[in-house]
Amino acid sequence: MSTPHDHDRDLAVHGDGHSELPARFDNPGLHEHQPRQADIDPKTNKRVERQVLALFTLSILGTIAVIWAYFALPPGDTVGSMRLSNLVLGLGLAVCLLGIGIGGNYYIKVLMSNREYVEERHELRSSDETREIAVQMLKDGGEDSGLTRRGALVGAGVTALALFPLSILVPLIGNVGEDWNVRKFKHTMWKKGTRLHTDPTNRPIKASDVTIGDVWHVIPDGLDKVEHGMLDEKAKAIVLLVRMDPRDIKSDQSPEGETWGHEGIVAYSKVCTHVGCPVALYEQQTHHLLCPCHQSTFDVADSCKVVFGPAKRPLPQLPITVDDEGYLIAQSDFAEPIGPSFWERATK
Amino acid sequence: MKALAARRHDRRAPAMLLLLALLLVGAVYAVVAPSSAEAVTKTATADDITAGEKLFQANCSTCHGPSASGTDSAPSLIGVGAAAVDFQVGTGRMPMQMSGPQAQAKPVQFTDEQIGQLAAYVATLGAGPAIPTAEMVDPALGNPASGMALFRTNCAMCHNAAGAGGALSQGKFAPNLWETTPTHLYEAMLTGPQSMPVFNDANLTPEEKRDIIAFIDEQGEGSPGGLDLGSLGPVSEGLWAWVVGLGLLLGISVWIGAKSS
Repeated sequence: MSTPHDHDRDLAVHGDGHSELPARFDNPGLHEHQPRQADIDPKTNKRVERQVLALFTLSILGTIAVIWAYFALPPGDTVGSMRLSNLVLGLGLAVCLLGIGIGGNYYIKVLMSNREYVEERHELRSSDETREIAVQMLKDGGEDSGLTRRGALVGAGVTALALFPLSILVPLIGNVGEDWNVRKFKHTMWKKGTRLHTDPTNRPIKASDVTIGDVWHVIPDGLDKVEHGMLDEKAKAIVLLVRMDPRDIKSDQSPEGETWGHEGIVAYSKVCTHVGCPVALYEQQTHHLLCPCHQSTFDVADSCKVVFGPAKRPLPQLPITVDDEGYLIAQSDFAEPIGPSFWERATK
Repeated sequence: MKALAARRHDRRAPAMLLLLALLLVGAVYAVVAPSSAEAVTKTATADDITAGEKLFQANCSTCHGPSASGTDSAPSLIGVGAAAVDFQVGTGRMPMQMSGPQAQAKPVQFTDEQIGQLAAYVATLGAGPAIPTAEMVDPALGNPASGMALFRTNCAMCHNAAGAGGALSQGKFAPNLWETTPTHLYEAMLTGPQSMPVFNDANLTPEEKRDIIAFIDEQGEGSPGGLDLGSLGPVSEGLWAWVVGLGLLLGISVWIGAKSS
């Protein structure tokens, strides 16, 4: 890459015009050994020794305190006794371990000999004779096993080893997310005539009981009867029910000729269309519904349109009406899949 | 003591001392954390209505209108009931001293007697929720376990899982509930002040409201784990772990690596 001449010139430029650098640096060796205070002064030495002794003793006392607290201060039934028990156990453990750690380090830093020692590395390369013997042993072993002559056998063996991990990987990946049936994301438990119940008290809701400014957290009737995947069903079906002055409602999601609300009572899915957090921070005066995760804000008075934040779609509305007894019921399931987007969302 | 004296002049010393002081303050606070205030009981009689009206005309009518039917700047008080007055005036939120995202709690401006008179007057304007009795809000009579389930579904999203409060949109916030009296908690659920929605007696029955009060009362005892760092969750806990925890580890590493004098 460069001639010796070029090399010298480069160095001279970097050397800021000073004299040329030597071809080879001398080993500067170790710094002169600096004695510490405790090495020179016997009084300091004694004092540090006493301090280390005290730290180790403190550690012993800490251990005793932990064992004492374990028996003498059980967590008990009250918050106060639990806190006291945890506090004493934790402080005792901290004192016990910090005593050993700080004491040990303090001893090593201040008292233990800190004279520098140099141990030269031995040559890493084996002698030529040993290397030849090793190569010969490998060759002999190969000959002996017969594998050098049986290429097809080696190929098959390597292939078998390479394929073996699939027997673990395929079922493992196949089981991620339990199953790959995405259709269940498109439907919830709500269907025509399902009564709206309160969460978690599971009482049916009378339309006349819902007053203006109210917010009700709603689950479908029959959720408690679901035997498998109750929480999955609940997570999809949760609904927020509010009542506002009908004059405040600018729009809702009902199509032409249908009414999805009931005299100012509207119900919307509680699952955010961004990444699926429960949207339930309802501000009664502004009719804004705020998602606690990423601050997406929906206007309940205006079809739950997104007024702020990363969500891209309004929360789906649950069409509701009242039955003969005056209880709120669903007209149908949600008209679109609830929650965040997924690839097959638009397909039927 | 020379080694220690030398290290005292180390420029890292103030930072380490500050960290140790923080730890000490935290530990002491955990032991002597304050407990919640006691309930307030009051009685109101019909005789107070005239006095209440006078107080209303002098202090409230500017915004709420001489007939309490509301103006552009304040809502109508007809039908809000005595409970709303007791909450708004009893927590110092009303009379509001300046406009802002929401009326904030501040030192109470009236005596208990005056608040009772105001509430009695407003209650005559239209039927509305009454101030709950002491028995209705007694945390000792509630079931905190049931209260926790109800709180988690109905309240925790705004007020935080332990009632520590949280942010809403555009400067509004859900306040911390630990210092609020049981009566005011009950009234807030019943009347839905400001941004808060209403939880009427069909939604949360009076017994369920008392269960919620019992659950909030339990939070006053503090956390069994020790320092709760405001119960604010990962923000304060993460800040503590990164700044104090890692800071201490860094400090110890520097000390271990430093040469002894």
